[in-house]
Amino acid sequence: MINQRQPDTEAIAGVLRREASVEQGRAADQHAAAEAARRVVERASAEGLADVSYTVADSPFGALLVAATRRGLVRLAFPEEEPDTVLERLARRVSPRIVEAQAPLDPVRRELEEYFAGRRREFGVALDWALIGPFGRRVLTVTSEIPYGGVLSYAEVAAEAGSPRGSRAAGNALGSNPIPIVIPCHRVLRSGGHLGGYGGGLHRKRWLLELEGALEPEPAA
Amino acid sequence: MSHALPPFQRFLDSHRDAVWRFLVYSVGRTEAEDCFQETFIAALRAYPRLRESSNLRAWVLTIAHRKALDAHRGRTRRAVPVADVVAVDARAEHVTPARDEALWEAVGELPSRQRSAVVLRYVADLPHRDIAAAIGCSEEAARRSLHEGLAKLREVVPA
Repeated sequence: MINQRQPDTEAIAGVLRREASVEQGRAADQHAAAEAARRVVERASAEGLADVSYTVADSPFGALLVAATRRGLVRLAFPEEEPDTVLERLARRVSPRIVEAQAPLDPVRRELEEYFAGRRREFGVALDWALIGPFGRRVLTVTSEIPYGGVLSYAEVAAEAGSPRGSRAAGNALGSNPIPIVIPCHRVLRSGGHLGGYGGGLHRKRWLLELEGALEPEPAA
Repeated sequence: MSHALPPFQRFLDSHRDAVWRFLVYSVGRTEAEDCFQETFIAALRAYPRLRESSNLRAWVLTIAHRKALDAHRGRTRRAVPVADVVAVDARAEHVTPARDEALWEAVGELPSRQRSAVVLRYVADLPHRDIAAAIGCSEEAARRSLHEGLAKLREVVPA
């Protein structure tokens, strides 16, 4: 009877819920949270707490996702690859401590830009081979030694890699190259001059080989 | 089998709003920034060791709750954290019409466990089980803290 005029706790809960949901939609708070999150990433990079940094690099092919560890460039993904899938795989295979940060990728972005402009023939950035298995490592090591403007056949790469499994296995290893362009798997062709395959699409393989002068530009139809 | 951990950047993007709101209502806008940094840097350090990824929100709010307690302890005088929020909002361009300042002020004056329970429930929208995990007590104790907090607010603010 004394408490009759007092609202119960459910009423207070209702007010709190309503109030909080009004707050929740406030753009100012979301902006503040986004800014605070950006500073977390800056600090994480500065203090060396991130194991993998990633960003996008502009290219004639569109936005390339580039990711690096402390050791070096670990992944380069073409625009068709879903960024979430790429990053999830990095989280599983390398480390989940992944942040979006541009500065650690600046040298890679610069070298790619120079390469695409025809001003760079060799990449100088360090590589991290963490996503490459032992057989892939042999094949891609041979591949990374093919000079700008040169090509090898799948069979030649397989032989140089000391592969008993032959050119098909070498082709598979090349197809799963996690750092295309920088590890130049586009310089490996089928014997007889056919282009073979390319993870980034054959039109890009042709484009890269033409850039490097290894292929004559296709005459316009 | 638990899900694989998402890349940290995605974890940060998914939970930053909830953590920010929780901290603003727990320690005030002025201290929320530092607590936010401490929370996510601590989360980043511990991240690869996490095995269970099913409830990352409760996990990060647990850390935020601890950082909020540290901030409260670190104060030389007993401040009213939510007063900061009110002061900022009064100057803000878009004053929320439904805002009940006396209510949030009263939330700020609750004992820490009750305050955390109320904020985790109504600002961060956590279920009782996760509130219990975040403040380190049984689910029953969390319900009790929440109920006691609401009862105190009822005394202060006519709903």
